[in-house]
Amino acid sequence: MANVPPIPKRIASIKFGLLSPKEIRKMSSTPIITADTYDDDGFPIDMGLMDTKLGVIDPGLRCKTCSGRAGECPGHFGHIELVAPVVHVGFNKVIRKLLRATCRKCSKILLDPAQKQHFLDQLLAVEGIGHMPDDLINEAYKEASKVKSCPYCNEEQLDIKFEKPTEYLENGEKLTPTEIRDRFENIPDDDIMVVGMDPKNARPEWMILTVLPVPPVTVRPSITLESGQRSEDDLTHKLVDIIRINQRFQENREAGAPQLIIEDLWELLQYHVTTFFDNSVSGIPPARHRSGRPLKTLSQRLKGKEGRFRGSLSGKRVNFSARTVISPDPNLSINEVGVPMPIARILTMPSVVTQRNIEHLKVYVRNGEDVHPGANYVLRTDGRRIKVTNMNKDDLADKLEFGWVVERQLKDGDIVLFNRQPSLHKMSIMAHSVKVLPNKTFRLNPAVCPPYNADFDGDEMNMHALQTEESRAEAKILMQVQENIISPRFGGPIIGGIHDHISGLFLLTRFENHITSHEAYDLLRRSRARNLPEPAGHDDDGKPFWTGKQIFSQILPEGLNMEFTAQVCAHCDTCKKGDCVNDAYVIIRNSELLMGTIDEAAIGAFKGKVQDRIIKEIGPEVGSRFIDDMTKLAIRAIMRTGLSFGIADEDIPKEARIQINEVLAKAEDAVQNLIKSYLNKELEPLPGRTLDETIEMSIMQKLGKARDETGGIADSHMGLENSAVIMARSGARGSILNLTQMAACVGQQAVRGERIRRGYSGRTLTHFQVGDLGSDAHGFVKASYKSGLSPTEYFFHAIGGREGLVDTAVRTSQSGYLQRRLVNALQDLEVQYDLTVRDTRGVLVQFKYGEDGINPTKSDFSKPDTIHRIVRSVVDKKVA
Amino acid sequence: MTKFSLLDHESVPKHEIIAEGELKSVLSKFLIDKEQLPKIKVQDPVSKEIGAAVGDVVKITRKSQTAGEADYYRLVIE
Repeated sequence: MANVPPIPKRIASIKFGLLSPKEIRKMSSTPIITADTYDDDGFPIDMGLMDTKLGVIDPGLRCKTCSGRAGECPGHFGHIELVAPVVHVGFNKVIRKLLRATCRKCSKILLDPAQKQHFLDQLLAVEGIGHMPDDLINEAYKEASKVKSCPYCNEEQLDIKFEKPTEYLENGEKLTPTEIRDRFENIPDDDIMVVGMDPKNARPEWMILTVLPVPPVTVRPSITLESGQRSEDDLTHKLVDIIRINQRFQENREAGAPQLIIEDLWELLQYHVTTFFDNSVSGIPPARHRSGRPLKTLSQRLKGKEGRFRGSLSGKRVNFSARTVISPDPNLSINEVGVPMPIARILTMPSVVTQRNIEHLKVYVRNGEDVHPGANYVLRTDGRRIKVTNMNKDDLADKLEFGWVVERQLKDGDIVLFNRQPSLHKMSIMAHSVKVLPNKTFRLNPAVCPPYNADFDGDEMNMHALQTEESRAEAKILMQVQENIISPRFGGPIIGGIHDHISGLFLLTRFENHITSHEAYDLLRRSRARNLPEPAGHDDDGKPFWTGKQIFSQILPEGLNMEFTAQVCAHCDTCKKGDCVNDAYVIIRNSELLMGTIDEAAIGAFKGKVQDRIIKEIGPEVGSRFIDDMTKLAIRAIMRTGLSFGIADEDIPKEARIQINEVLAKAEDAVQNLIKSYLNKELEPLPGRTLDETIEMSIMQKLGKARDETGGIADSHMGLENSAVIMARSGARGSILNLTQMAACVGQQAVRGERIRRGYSGRTLTHFQVGDLGSDAHGFVKASYKSGLSPTEYFFHAIGGREGLVDTAVRTSQSGYLQRRLVNALQDLEVQYDLTVRDTRGVLVQFKYGEDGINPTKSDFSKPDTIHRIVRSVVDKKVA
Repeated sequence: MTKFSLLDHESVPKHEIIAEGELKSVLSKFLIDKEQLPKIKVQDPVSKEIGAAVGDVVKITRKSQTAGEADYYRLVIE
C-alpha cells in the first residue's frame, strides 16, 4: 500500500466555447452539397449526407477519412455552407441581451470606460474566489441596455424587441441575421470581456451560423427494413430539408428573384436549422415526419427522462431481473421468496456441464422451455448460443458435452437478490432462496417487511438472478436475510414479529390459558417442535392441560437464559422483578419461559430481545429458524381466540363520559381564568418569555393536561379484554393516545407547535369574536372521533392534519437529497482489515473505525452489556 | 490586547508535533507513507500556535464519544 501516487488523475480544467466557422470547416472532412444519400446501387454518394468520409455504418465498407471499418471508425463531421446566415436558437437570450447592450452604429458596449473597467475588475475578483459571475454579468447587461444614446458616437439607441422564435425587431423593423452578425463582428474584444465572454473562445458573431456542422453518420445511422428498404434517421431527414432549401435559396438569389421570395426562403432555412437543433421551440410548429410524428432532433435526444443524460447515462437497465407486486405468505421462511411461475420460466441460471450434473441437466434440456424446471439456452464450447425449442430439445439433450453451459430455469433453492426502492440501507437488498409458486406476485414472509419498509397495498419489488458461482456464494454468506437480522444502525434486530405476531404471543403467554393436548399440538403443528413437556396440571375432569408459556418454550432453542422487562411494564418506582403483579418481568431459564409476558420487547422487530440474544449467542441460522417458528406459532395462537376491533370497542360507560366532560369543563374554566388575568394584566410572564408567549404556553399546557386526564379516565374503563388495549399495551399496533382520541377527546390541533391562529384578522373563523383567546376558538377539539367533531372542530382538525402531510412530503425530499450527498461523499471509503478507514488512494480517514473499532452488529444495542453478561456467565458474579 | 493560547479552548483538542522515532512507529503501524496521512495546513491557526513546519506530523488527541480518547495524526502541508 506504500508509494501510492497522491491522486490518481485530476482534470485540470474544462473549456467551454463556441465553434467558429473556421473551426467548423477545419474539423469537417467534407462539404455536403447534395441532398441525396445513396445512388441506385445503394452506395453512398460523394458529398452527400451519407458520404463515406463521414464514417461508415455498413459492414464491409471502409471510412475514407480514417480507413477504419464499421465499428472502428468513430465517425467524422462534415459541413454545409449556408447561403445566408441564420440564428442559432440556443443563443436567443444572449443575442437579445447583446443587441440591447451594444451601439447600433459603432457596436461598442454602451458603457463609459470607467464603468467597463469597474465590471472587468469585479469579474476578475469574482473569478479569483471561484464564484459564479452570472449576477455580475446580468448587471452589466442591465446597465448597458438602460443607456439611450451611445457614449462614443452619440447615436440614438432604438428599442430592440425579440419575437418568438427567432426574429428581432428594431423599432418594428426586422433585423436580418446578416445585420445582427455585422453588428457583433464590430464589437471590440475588450468590450466582449465586460459581458463575461472570452473573445478567443466565443466571439458573439459565432452565435449566428454561416456554416452548419453535419454530425457523423454514426450519430444518425440508417436502418434497413425487412423489405430491404432503407429508413433514415430523423436527423438525416432534417439535414436533407436544410440542404434542399439552401440550394433553392442559392438558385433563386442567383436568378435575381424578387426580395419577397428571397425573404420567404430565408425564413424557411431559419425554420429548418432551428428545428434541427430543437424541435420543441415554442412559437413554431414542430417539424413532422411524413407519418405525422414529430421529428426527434438534437435537443430531443438529450432532454428529459428518456434523454441521453437521465435515460442512457445515469439510468441503466439490467438483464436477469424481474419486477412485480408483492404479497404476504406466512408459510414461507424469512429466507425465502415466492417467485411466480411465469418469472421462474424466463429467468435462468447458467450451469456448466460436468460429470456430476450431466444427467440432471439433460433432464432440464429435455423439459424444454415450457415444462418447469426446464432450460432456455445451451451454450456450446465454441461460444454459439442455441435456444432450446420444442423442435430441438431432445436433440440438444443427447448432444450435451462436458464444458457446455446450460441456462436452466430458476428453481427452488436458487439464491436471488430481492430489492425494494428506495434502497436507503444495506437491508434494502437481501438474498433470498427461491420458492417457485403459482400466480403472479412475489411472496414474502411478513416478518421481513420492516427492513424493506414494505407493505402489501400495491408495493412492487425487484428480483435479480445471480449469474456466477462467486456472486451466489457471496450473496449467501453476506446478504442472506438471516445474516441481516441485526441492523448495524443500532445493534439490535430489525426483523421480528409484527402486528398479529405480537398480539398472538401476548394472548398466548399473558393469561393463564388452559390448553389441551389437542390444542397444543395444533398450535405447534407448523413449528419444528414435536414433543410436549410434562403438563402444567390437570383439569377437574382429569384431562391434562398446558400453559401458553409452556407452548412458547417449545420453540426456544436450547441453552437460553435471560431476564428482562416486557413492553407491558408499568415502570413502578421499585421493580419487584420476579414478583411483578403485571407479569411484566420475563424470566427464561434453560429455554423455559418461567414467567413474564412475551410482547414487543421480546420478539418485536427493532426491539425483540429474544431473537437478538439467540442470534448473538447461538447464531443466525438458529435465529432465523426461531423467527420462522415464532411467527407461525403466533398466527396459530391469535387464531385460537381471534382478535377483532369494532366501533363498540370505543364505547365508554356513561359515568366515564360525565367525568370526561367535567374535566374538559374545568379546563375550559381554567383557561378563561388565565385569559381574564391576562386581560387584567395580572399575569406574570415566565422567565425569558413575553406575556403573549406565556399565556399561549399556559393554555396549551392546561389543555394538554386535560386531554391526558380524559385519556386516563377512558383507559381506566377499558381493561385488557379490549382488543385495542391489548394491541396498544403489547406494542403490536397503535398507542394509548390513539385510543384516547377515539374514545375520549381528540385534543389541541397545532400548527408549528402553536395553537391555530391563522385565518381572518384577529380570529380563526367567523364563528368567533375578534380577539377570542378561548380554547375552542383556537383549535381545541373537545369531541372524540367516536362522538364526532363539530364543524369548527372538523375544520381545525383538517388544518392540523394538512400540516402533517406537508411536513412528511418536505422531509422525504430533503432527507433524500442529504442522503445522496452523504453517499456520494463516502462511497469510496472502506474499513480495512487493520480497522483503519481509507480512501481508494490508501489515505487514512479514520485511524480506527468509529474510533473504537467496534462492529455495531456485534454489540448489544451499542451498550457494554455483552461483556458484563460474558463475565457473569463465566465467573457467576456481577461486574461493576 | 491579551495573548491567549488557542489550545486552552475546550473545543480545541491537544495538538503536538511528534518526534522522528514516534513518527516511524506510527507509519510502520499503519504500513503507510507520510503522504497517506490526513493533512493540516501550516497556516492553520493551530499549526501556527504549536510552531509546526511543513513536513512535520502533528498528533491530535481528541475526545471521543465511543472510545474516550482517540489519536489522530496529520501531516503539515503548505
